[in-house]
Amino acid sequence: MDEYRVRELIGDVAAGRLSRRGFVQTMVGVGLTAPLAAQLLGAAGIASAQARAASSFAPSRRGGGGLVKVLWWQAATLLNPHFAVGTKDQDGSRIFYEPLACYDPDGNLVPILAAEVPSVQNGTVSRDGTSVTWRLKKNVVWHDGKPFTADDVVFNWEFVMDPGTAATTSGQYRDIKTIDKLDTHTVKLTFKQPMPFWAAPFCGPTGMIVPKHLFETFKGGKSREAPANLKPVGTGPYKFVDFKPGDMVRGEINPSYHVANRPFFDQLEMKGGGDAASAARAVIQTGEYDFAWNMQVADDILKRLEQGGKGKVDIATAGNIEHVQCNFTDPGTDVDGERSSVKTKHPFLSDPVVRQALNLLVDRASIHEQIYGRLGQSTANFLNAPERFRSKNLKWEFSVDKANQVLEAAGWKRGADGIRAKDGKKLKLVYQTSINPERQKTQQIVKQAAAKAGIDMELKSVVASVFFSSDAANPDTYSHFYTDVQMYTTTTTQPDPQRFMDQFTSWEIAAKDNKWQGRNITRWRSDDYDRAWKAAESEMDPVKRAAHFVKMNDLAIQNVVVIPVLWRMVVSAVSNRLKGTDITGWDSNFWHLAYWHREA
Amino acid sequence: VRYFVRRLIVIVPSLAGISLVLFTVLALAPGDPFGDLATNPNVPREVAQQLRAKFGLDDPLPIRYVRWLTSMLRGDWGFSFVSRVDVDTLILQRLPTTLFVLGSAQVLGLLIALPVGTLSALRPYSIFDQVATTVAFLGFSLPTFFTGLLFILVFSIHLDWLPMIYRADLSATGWRWWWETFRQAIMPISVLGLFQAATLTRFTRAAVLDVIRLDYVNTARAKGLSESVTVVKHVVRNALIPVVTLIALQIPQIFTGALVTEQIFRVPGIGSLLISSILANDTPVIMSITFVFSCLVVLFNLFADLLYSWLDPRISY
Repeated sequence: MDEYRVRELIGDVAAGRLSRRGFVQTMVGVGLTAPLAAQLLGAAGIASAQARAASSFAPSRRGGGGLVKVLWWQAATLLNPHFAVGTKDQDGSRIFYEPLACYDPDGNLVPILAAEVPSVQNGTVSRDGTSVTWRLKKNVVWHDGKPFTADDVVFNWEFVMDPGTAATTSGQYRDIKTIDKLDTHTVKLTFKQPMPFWAAPFCGPTGMIVPKHLFETFKGGKSREAPANLKPVGTGPYKFVDFKPGDMVRGEINPSYHVANRPFFDQLEMKGGGDAASAARAVIQTGEYDFAWNMQVADDILKRLEQGGKGKVDIATAGNIEHVQCNFTDPGTDVDGERSSVKTKHPFLSDPVVRQALNLLVDRASIHEQIYGRLGQSTANFLNAPERFRSKNLKWEFSVDKANQVLEAAGWKRGADGIRAKDGKKLKLVYQTSINPERQKTQQIVKQAAAKAGIDMELKSVVASVFFSSDAANPDTYSHFYTDVQMYTTTTTQPDPQRFMDQFTSWEIAAKDNKWQGRNITRWRSDDYDRAWKAAESEMDPVKRAAHFVKMNDLAIQNVVVIPVLWRMVVSAVSNRLKGTDITGWDSNFWHLAYWHREA
Repeated sequence: VRYFVRRLIVIVPSLAGISLVLFTVLALAPGDPFGDLATNPNVPREVAQQLRAKFGLDDPLPIRYVRWLTSMLRGDWGFSFVSRVDVDTLILQRLPTTLFVLGSAQVLGLLIALPVGTLSALRPYSIFDQVATTVAFLGFSLPTFFTGLLFILVFSIHLDWLPMIYRADLSATGWRWWWETFRQAIMPISVLGLFQAATLTRFTRAAVLDVIRLDYVNTARAKGLSESVTVVKHVVRNALIPVVTLIALQIPQIFTGALVTEQIFRVPGIGSLLISSILANDTPVIMSITFVFSCLVVLFNLFADLLYSWLDPRISY
């Protein structure tokens, strides 16, 4: 899909021939994120769908809802959003703190502490993308009664950029050159270079704002000592009551919350710990809790629990993709104390025909239907429909016969043991992944199909805590990639795909020099890809930028650098009576917390 | 007294040895407290490096050990890498829950085990003894994670009587608080208590059986003492000596929590803190908990020995 195709589609949305949601789904199908797709529509002047989720529930007063109990099977361990390590910490902080704007399930920016979302049309985003002006909502007060102003916004940038603070959110703020306070409720961010994704700072789960008056004296090295790290004072719908790291976060209604007649619940309890399956039970089956996060539980179990009728599964989309990676370097040769070194070439995976054959041998439909159910979608679903948008390059199929044909034609002949070989190189490979019942079943399905095509696969599974660790001394981590193929899920951790797509750029290759912290695990190199990535980084026309991302996606798929197995969903468990959660895959689970309510 | 002093002196090198072994094993284990940061593309690589440097993780192992040991001796337990909260605060937050749940379980276990064990020994191979023995065998053959899940399945899911998730700070007050606490504590306490009771019952029965055949018991009976006096004063008191040792050795567990049971019922005790810290490679917390645990084991061993000589004056050191 190229630039013109994208423009055509946008025209269809404008003319009403294609729904916004249909457009977003098509764009996600070719490797973009929903927020980027929404940005495309916004740039084309198609008004964002504010009508979305127009809830019928319009309370006439604040509170009155009693206690809402939510369950996270990994507990929040700290409540400073700038130190947050995972979603658990971001969600815990989001009860009390708020960003300027959030992402709804379709990827649209929704203003929270901002009065409006900036755009090129209303002149708050500069045409060259080097600055953005945020107008802040007035009359917002911190829980301790102090007003929220532009000074707080400026301070957060200073706080995060102090290297001594070691803020985990610093990646989103490092492109800012200066922040100017235009008046008490307006700030202008100037970037070091054009920033197509100007919403990186101060938006979404990494954009929460902490109060200047409580953190001012705790910048840099002293950041750990701030009392407000454990007793947050924010602007959010709930005020802090109590926090036990690794166990429980409690909040009570904020009587001066800046949205009228919200929130509905008087108290909130976020309990942590345990495991996903029993958390699903507590919400769906016994109804002891109202909401549970991240249900990594087999779909047939969830279905059984749902028969109890107290709760159900809520599925939101993000860009998380379970995929198989092909190693372009040789894991069997040691160069300067490093295997899978870029100085080597894989004995047979460097042959495009073999990768093509592998691509034909992953039975995505069976994996989706038999293993994951509602927890994922085989990527074919959205690539095949609607018909006229199907990218010919991206069609997938499962065909053992075809795999046999291409291998045969390329001279890979079956030996006496049924395994194909060419020039003395046998198609025997090691296929590794982390220990997880779904992944082991997937491995089996792929292995069986491969055997029919004369490829012998040895299955290897590594404990997740080792596989996903960043330990430079351990050869079994995914980033060492000391096997021929491997499988895991990469998550889109932010709404813009720029960082996500850097995993195929040549300068990100994981190697001994960078302690295997590079993001390009397959060690695939392509000048075309590198150029497209760089072009996207500073392209201000959202449509052209989208076309670059589509091209990057096509390059990685056409060259079978990776084989997408399943598009994984964000799954939560929600009590039948709890409404308004509106879970999004692009932001914190609590982005809509102020609007949560219980049906009588 | 000289014995006591000698024992105390031996404790010091053994504790130092334990701490060294613990520290080395933890340092050699795979994983890194900031591993999650390294794998997140949105977090610049420098952040994890800055944090490692800030928390002194890049220094060589011997230096880290000496630094840990000296600050531990000064009473500074360090702070958790994960929550950045002082370790002693974290442990003190969790201690009341653990003490309550495990202490009650221990008491429940004793309340069942002592009478049942004694009675079955007094009437060996009677129907009561047969039933008690069978139940006790069942009890200690079934691991607590199994009985825990079974309890949840029966009482929370099928009958819907009891909550399956333990909340340390209930928002209720007054009578309601007591009722809710009772309701949520009953399952974890009985799972642990019954498991304890099973082992202790068998132990008590064996100890009483050993004693009851001895000559001085016959003498006591021949003197014309009533059966109850014979049993309580002569049999049970002597039979309790090994039982007390066993209990004393189990007491450290009350402080360190029941790892599995706390995890199943989400009891926010020290055991679940230990598990989550191990999963997160949170070295300071793991070190403190395991070290306190080893101190308690060593101390209660000593305590058991002293108790022994008090219960049985024939033993002297």
